[in-house]
Amino acid sequence: MNCILSRNTIHPSSYRCLVGSWAGQIRKGRPSCALGLLALLCLLPPASAQDWIKTGTGLGVEKVRLAVADFKPPSPEATNPDLLRVFNETLWNDLDNAGIFEIVSKSFYPVEVPKNPVEVKFDAWNQPPPNAAMLVFGNLAASGNQMTVQGWLYDVKNVMSPQVLGKQYTDASTVPAARLTAHKFADEIIFRLGGGIPGNAESQIYFVSNRSGHKEIWAMDYDGANQRQITHLDTISLSPRISPDGSRLAFASLTKSGWEIMMYSIDLNRLVSFPRLGGTNLSPAWSPDGSKLALSSSRGGESEIYVADNSGANLRRLTNSKLPDVSPVWNPKTGAQIAWVSGRTELPQIYTMESDGTNVQRVTDQGYAVSPAWSPNGQFLVFSWIRHYGPGAPGAQDIYLMDIASKQWVQLTHDGGRNDFPTWSPDGRHITFQSSRSGSEQIWTMLADGTNQKPLTVTGSNTQPNWSWK
Amino acid sequence: MKQQPVKWITLILALCGILFLGACHKKTPPPPPPPPPPPASAPTASLTANPNTIQKGQSTTLNWETTNATDVSIGGIGAVTPTGSQLVTPADSTTYNLTAKGPGGTQTATARVTITSPPAPPAAPSVSEEELFSQNVKDIYFDYDKADIRFDQRMVVIGDVSFLKQHPNIHFTIEGHCDERGSTEYNLALGDSRANAVKSALVQGGVQASNIKTISLGKEKPFCTEHAESCWQENRRGHFVYQR
Repeated sequence: MNCILSRNTIHPSSYRCLVGSWAGQIRKGRPSCALGLLALLCLLPPASAQDWIKTGTGLGVEKVRLAVADFKPPSPEATNPDLLRVFNETLWNDLDNAGIFEIVSKSFYPVEVPKNPVEVKFDAWNQPPPNAAMLVFGNLAASGNQMTVQGWLYDVKNVMSPQVLGKQYTDASTVPAARLTAHKFADEIIFRLGGGIPGNAESQIYFVSNRSGHKEIWAMDYDGANQRQITHLDTISLSPRISPDGSRLAFASLTKSGWEIMMYSIDLNRLVSFPRLGGTNLSPAWSPDGSKLALSSSRGGESEIYVADNSGANLRRLTNSKLPDVSPVWNPKTGAQIAWVSGRTELPQIYTMESDGTNVQRVTDQGYAVSPAWSPNGQFLVFSWIRHYGPGAPGAQDIYLMDIASKQWVQLTHDGGRNDFPTWSPDGRHITFQSSRSGSEQIWTMLADGTNQKPLTVTGSNTQPNWSWK
Repeated sequence: MKQQPVKWITLILALCGILFLGACHKKTPPPPPPPPPPPASAPTASLTANPNTIQKGQSTTLNWETTNATDVSIGGIGAVTPTGSQLVTPADSTTYNLTAKGPGGTQTATARVTITSPPAPPAAPSVSEEELFSQNVKDIYFDYDKADIRFDQRMVVIGDVSFLKQHPNIHFTIEGHCDERGSTEYNLALGDSRANAVKSALVQGGVQASNIKTISLGKEKPFCTEHAESCWQENRRGHFVYQR
């Protein structure tokens, strides 16, 4: 019965499917079948609309109750209030945003918080009001040029052997170092409590911003901090895609001879050479092993999907349709399939194919669908969809999540504006996208189930985010 | 010596006699003629026109100065005071001649006034090729999400082909544009298709392909920004740009 997903997870719309089938059986006059279906329906747990997403993306249906105490200086002399504030804010935000914790509100915390293991009072934490399962605490010392952080993760319901993590970090006593240390510690906690998936806290987002007067490629920390300009080409530069190892940034730029793929070395901090292909060249995409690039090129007359080595050599064409083919993306888990956008049936739709161009499958069935992004675990596509379209019809443009195997989908954004260019976090639990809902185009972030949506940028017009691979 | 004083008296008498005789024979000289008056000074004359270049229909001022002249005249005007000025409006370029006559003679002076024509209205041969291009080569408009040439645009293509074949040396670029809806990347590919579709239609009509460059601008450089179909249609086009 194709209402039930192959992974033994019941999808909410499978409810509708089952009810539909039951009604169908009644109409066809097959009471016994109908009874069987009815029994099945009664036995099914009441599936919330988002459970299959939570499970599939590792967000988890039940979250760990985590208390995060402010770190303190170990002694009055070794204190630096600025570093402490930045560290504590960053640590709190990283854990709060992780998507796998229920962070206990500070208003429930006891007055005295521990700064080392000796000071932990277990029943102040594992009982109401905090009623925490886990506790993060520690201290930050700054003396001279050096900062030392000691942090612990304690299972406060396990008094006999509570320590899950005990870490010490040493770095310069600067604000960026304090921020980075908080990110590292948060990632350790998330890795340990999040089923072995590394956290995002040190990841980067590359995007397009026009705030310098031209559309250039910019970068920022995953939480919106440290926004900085990368390219200075004074033309229109679009579609940034960072390589899996983080060393190279590919993008498309309007040169004097047309749109070409450009390559920027993050290590060397400058452009490196990449061949001019001719025609209009757009939307480069890295294979997960970093060895190949997929791209759209009209060098042969019409835009088609090509694959080349990451040097630009050995270009070979994969698609063959007169209408536009653009925006390829690789399956990051297998490196063996490519999803892309094709206008071959008039309005753009999303398709998948093997990375040699065979086995073309259509994914979306209506409307105007663009900007696919493949989840790190290979299971899902997110994309931007105008389900109702047509000349004159405004048509809401929203981010949708689809399970590729079953084609079941869920709408993730509902708050208006044009929502486009979703990109997955390395942990597969977050999606960042562009939205015009505030009146200008900005980069927004959310959990992969559509909750917790908030903006990361405010200045100028910011579009086309691309999340790093780690 | 009695003889010497006689000699003296004789001499004196002889001298007187000569004198008397001379005086007797000499006529009374006539009074000298009155001195001629100092010779009369020649007249001086100068004549200027300010300004000395004017457009047809405009006026200029003649200024003249003479000295030692009793009778001053300017050709075309008549007798004038020895020094003066006059506004004139010549129909054509003219040389004014001033004659100053006086007891000392005659002096002339001239001033030339040149008429220039106002700039001629732009006659067809003097319009730049670029202006001709933009007047005659019309942009091609497209339907939503389409890159094929719409039926009502075909006459426009024909008109463009006709002009371009008459001017086979003109090089130009076709820019493909899209409206604001739809995605950045897809619109760049669609704009590329639109530019190529226009190029194909022109080449099929006989325009030299090597004169034509194409570029997609997607929705990056819109012609208008209102969120309405009238503006969206404005933006869905193949736009011609003359190459110098």
